[in-house]
Amino acid sequence: MNRCLLAPLSILGLLAGFSLSAGALESLLSLQSNTADLAGHFLPPSPAHFFGTDELGRDIFIRLLYGGRVSLGVGLTAALAASAIGTSVGLFAGYGGGRIDALLMRLTDLLIALPLLPLLIILSAMDLSKLGISVTTDTSLYKIIVLVSLTGWTTAARLTRARTLTLKQMDFVTAARALGVGPARIVIRHIFPNLLNTVIVATTLSIGNIILVESVLSFLGLGIQPPLPSWGNMLTNAEDNIWEHALLTIYPGVMIFITVLSFNFLGDGLQAVLDPKSQRN
Amino acid sequence: MSGGFLLHRLLQMLVTLLVMSFFVYVLIGLMPGDPVDLMLAGNPHITPEDAIRLKALYGLDQPLLTRYWRWLVTTLHGDAGYSRLYGLPVLDVLFPRLLNTAVLMGISLLLTLGIALPLGVYAARRPQSFADRAINIFCLSGLSLPAFWMALLLISLFVVKLGWLPASASPDRPVSLVLPILTITIANLAIYIRHMRSAMIEALRADHIKTAQAKGCSNSRVIWNHAFKNALPPVVTILMLDLGALMSGAVTVETIFAYPGMGKLMFDAVMGNDFNLAMVGFLLLTAFVMLGNFLADITYALLDPRVKTA
Repeated sequence: MNRCLLAPLSILGLLAGFSLSAGALESLLSLQSNTADLAGHFLPPSPAHFFGTDELGRDIFIRLLYGGRVSLGVGLTAALAASAIGTSVGLFAGYGGGRIDALLMRLTDLLIALPLLPLLIILSAMDLSKLGISVTTDTSLYKIIVLVSLTGWTTAARLTRARTLTLKQMDFVTAARALGVGPARIVIRHIFPNLLNTVIVATTLSIGNIILVESVLSFLGLGIQPPLPSWGNMLTNAEDNIWEHALLTIYPGVMIFITVLSFNFLGDGLQAVLDPKSQRN
Repeated sequence: MSGGFLLHRLLQMLVTLLVMSFFVYVLIGLMPGDPVDLMLAGNPHITPEDAIRLKALYGLDQPLLTRYWRWLVTTLHGDAGYSRLYGLPVLDVLFPRLLNTAVLMGISLLLTLGIALPLGVYAARRPQSFADRAINIFCLSGLSLPAFWMALLLISLFVVKLGWLPASASPDRPVSLVLPILTITIANLAIYIRHMRSAMIEALRADHIKTAQAKGCSNSRVIWNHAFKNALPPVVTILMLDLGALMSGAVTVETIFAYPGMGKLMFDAVMGNDFNLAMVGFLLLTAFVMLGNFLADITYALLDPRVKTA
């Protein structure tokens, strides 16, 4: 196992483990992640509250773990969904060629021509009830996953298309075609496995970015909605209290930073192992 | 590069913008409420009958396509409507903010390039050395740092703790721009260092570099006259492709520092249900992204004569 992969993987594993056991830890340490305790607000770090409590007296440590669930969950799901869309589009365009290719690539160009963050802001402000979708507490979580996947597939699509165009010309594909293998089988059994490594690297590298986007939207009040804690919306509260309790701004930011950094290192490491030919020197 | 190519690309851009305007019109229609609902919320004396009359007056009872067509015709006649939040014509609100963002982003970009290009070249000259690895780790950290968190940290240090700088930025007070510029520069640094480094490594690999070295060219001459010139086109392309994002401003940074730029304006327009403003602002930013892509193609062809633009 590559050393470059081990460090980020163990950090992420630790983070995932802690986040998943947030509920258990909460009852075990008898901490409050969501009940206000105004008498005990802004407590400094202590053995009872590792990172202290926030403006409503909620334990910051547990809230950070719940926030980790959201960030990791959104990052992984949205990255997988986006690259599934992108890979399919790229395979169709690259192997189909002709009109399908032109159509799909124009669509990709259209999406790329939109300024991403303003687009996401408008999309997240959308009134879902106008589309006939009922809104519950978890809606903000699903909404952000859908929005990020629907806007984030273009890189994967272009990458996959380019690789497909190269692979399509190779002798083993010609051989398969000569043997009478159908187009669907060629794409799935002969082309897709050969670009899987590229897709894995691109997906991993996109997770960090998605987590950053999620935190920006949540920070602006457009992403994950309270009472569901996320690192982004914890920072919104921290900003309001920055004059008296500057320490509150440190924790959620450090969590975002460490998580995104681990994914970026992981992506870089994976690239060196799986896809050594691409640009890295 | 032929005139035909330019014309073709320009036409393509206009058509794309037109398609986009319809898409955005539908999207903006999905924002909560409509202008008359907002009037109702603000004025309890409006009766339901008035509301129906108002909706007819504003054409809100018409089908979507009719409304879009009307909007398009009046906008193309130069009347983009009034901003609900500012009570001014939309364009009068937009242009000063666009200028403000251009100032903020322009200064940050100059700083970024001034630091990133030399650092990228420096790293590329000694790949895998200690310095190169250190720069690489710095870049990965920069890419992982949320800009808005950076802004909050700078505020808690320079504003809250030390009290050296103001927390809110305005284009009239140069000292108030220090923190936003610092934040944006740090946020953009990593990307440009990485691009410069890989473009330079690519350029140094070319045969003519070996020839120049064999002929006894000085090291700095080889680097700056032979390699750097060839490494520049990809970096300039990235810069142009970033134009749209730059003009969109850094939404979070502008919001945190209360700087009156495009990013904060778009956010306020969406939050304040300012349909006209959000619509035209978004289309303007889209036009900038497309202009950037267009300029990227042109500069690439100009800087690298091998690129054929048929």
